[in-house]
Amino acid sequence: MAERCAVVGVGQTHHTKVRDDVSLAGLLREAAGRALEDAEMTWSDIDAVVIGTAPDTFEGVMMPELYLADALGASGKPMLRVHTAGSVGGSTAIVASNLITGGVRKRVLTVAFEKQSEGDTTWALGGGRSGSVGAGGYFAPHIRGYIDRSKAPEYVGWMVAVKDRKNALLNPYAHLKVPDISLEMVKESPMVWDPVRRLESCPASDGACAMVLTDEAGGDAASKPAAWLHGTAMRSELGQFPGRDPISPKAGQDCAADVYRQAGITDPINDVDMVECYVPFSWYEPMWMENLGFAALGDGWKLTEDGETEIGGKLPVNCSGGVLSSNPIGASGMLRFAEAAMQVRGTAGEHQVPDVRTAVGHAYGGAAQYFAMWVLRTEKP
Amino acid sequence: MRDVAVVSFAQAPTSSTPVSDTEAQMLFPVVAEAMERSGLRRDEIGFTCSGSADYLAGQSFAFVGNLEVTGAWPPISESHVEMDGAWALYEAWVHLQSGHVDSALVFGSGISSRGDLREVLCLQNDPYYLMPLWADHVSLAALQARAVLDATGKGERDLAEIAARCRRSAVANPFAQRFADVTADDLLAEPYAVAPLRTGDCPPVSDGAAAVVLVAGDRAREVCEHPAWIRGLDHRIEPHYPGLRDLTVSESTRLAGEAAGVGDRPIDVAELSSSFSHEELLLRAALGLGDAVDVNPSGGPLAANPVMATGLTRIGEAARQIHDGHATRTLGHATSGPCLQQNLVCVLEGDRS
Repeated sequence: MAERCAVVGVGQTHHTKVRDDVSLAGLLREAAGRALEDAEMTWSDIDAVVIGTAPDTFEGVMMPELYLADALGASGKPMLRVHTAGSVGGSTAIVASNLITGGVRKRVLTVAFEKQSEGDTTWALGGGRSGSVGAGGYFAPHIRGYIDRSKAPEYVGWMVAVKDRKNALLNPYAHLKVPDISLEMVKESPMVWDPVRRLESCPASDGACAMVLTDEAGGDAASKPAAWLHGTAMRSELGQFPGRDPISPKAGQDCAADVYRQAGITDPINDVDMVECYVPFSWYEPMWMENLGFAALGDGWKLTEDGETEIGGKLPVNCSGGVLSSNPIGASGMLRFAEAAMQVRGTAGEHQVPDVRTAVGHAYGGAAQYFAMWVLRTEKP
Repeated sequence: MRDVAVVSFAQAPTSSTPVSDTEAQMLFPVVAEAMERSGLRRDEIGFTCSGSADYLAGQSFAFVGNLEVTGAWPPISESHVEMDGAWALYEAWVHLQSGHVDSALVFGSGISSRGDLREVLCLQNDPYYLMPLWADHVSLAALQARAVLDATGKGERDLAEIAARCRRSAVANPFAQRFADVTADDLLAEPYAVAPLRTGDCPPVSDGAAAVVLVAGDRAREVCEHPAWIRGLDHRIEPHYPGLRDLTVSESTRLAGEAAGVGDRPIDVAELSSSFSHEELLLRAALGLGDAVDVNPSGGPLAANPVMATGLTRIGEAARQIHDGHATRTLGHATSGPCLQQNLVCVLEGDRS
């Protein structure tokens, strides 16, 4: 049987447009240091380091784990570098957890990051060629397809934006903060990629996120509450082929089904207390609600409209403010996974949902073709 | 640990690929061959992991294109490391340890010929202080070679002997790119690349791919006559700055080798990612490999060096020695970064007859 795994430390940077006060190494070290402090550990307590980031072209450093080894205290230790497109922050945490559940290591530090200010993301997203439409340009037709298919009212996207931006005001680490956010403001913000308006889009951020994962003994010994791992799943599918449904990709459905099976979740909307999912454009909230089985196909937007995805609702979604408020791309997936851990551990501060027993973290990437999820609980599996 | 074996291995020819071919096109026959040799159906593969580098391909998200070769429909459980395929094998082995899956497909690939490798690999260096010096991997290797020669009392002839031996061994390897019946004298007549390394001490620029299938437990014996069991697998990194390390030893290789149990019993064959001839001296010493050990019978990276697949090819070659019944205990080694910064050691054993 697999070893149990616990999240005992979480750390992140204040996410912002330009962190020109720190190097890449400084940025990662800030997040990693906070995770170690939270775990009441030092660098020497760590057995292995697993890092993740989006394409190397975003910062112009090839295989940056080589340069980052010193700053992350990895000298003499094993160090891995994961890259699975936008889902990478989640995949990285899963690879770190596998080291624990496989019984290979006992205490693993995992860090994900992006320093978008050191490069040109939109250029790099286009494969390093000119004329990139950016992520929004790619996903806008999928969003339009969702609206057409579900007959969702236009204001649902604005509602997601208002909710996530209000949540961001409760999160000291969030990048984009719009104190007087309102439906009217979102509606009046410029159309960027029809139907996505500016305030329905994620910012470009510098930031990093880190977690310390341990085996069962480490979780038992932690003085702060541990978040116990109940399941992980990754799924990938080809990005383009006739008959593919890019609006509710099968890889996402399969990923959710796999992780729920491991965690014994049979009725997601009732069995899960909060979910932090990867929503870079407002409409992805209702789209993922359906894809991850929290609502029937075509009904995801009703959860948003009814206020059920707000803190205090039936299923709070993206209590941190989500990707809409902070998007250090390589770290964005791990921030979702880390927020799930914070909610389970009761350390989410002002954006804490009361009495979270089961939380889900989710990330996606590529052409909505890479998925990573985990389920954490207050109780051991 | 759970018993996991390499049950099949395939590799691509390492001459440069036609410029019209994608990396996926290069990979496709290799993955197909590894699958066919494993006897497993695609839907029996529980996990897939690959290693490649965007900067070699000159394109962000290059690995997304490589997903094509897995036929990822229905969707598959899959991951990718921006590292040599040997580390993809490590991730897959770790995944198999948790017991959730029983088999894995692993591949690594890279097309080095499309860019200037010496320029591209400079981007691995610390971007603030080291990269602006444009100290390329050959120059940094030469720095280490000089330190090794000074510390050991060995000379350029010793390096040439190693390079010539690899070149001669490679004659028997149909996948080798640079092979010839040469002597040390022949190679000593070649010009310096960067002193003390002559062109013969440096690897060729290669394109290539490798794939292996891993299977856990008794199932491995069902699909493979002589499974190559992974008895030890570990990897370590050391400080990035060459100036912060003792370049006359490979401490991370020593640590990984110890953790992998290299010294527990004699090694018959070692396939080392010694892409510069002096690195064989360093790695032999770090792993405690005596003269009785057959090092790089394939010719090693001096015969073909498909960056991002070189390490996985070493593990595959080490496994092949066991598959073919030529050896009972072998070692595959992979490296990454300037001057052997990061090293992985995989110890493989056959079933005892």
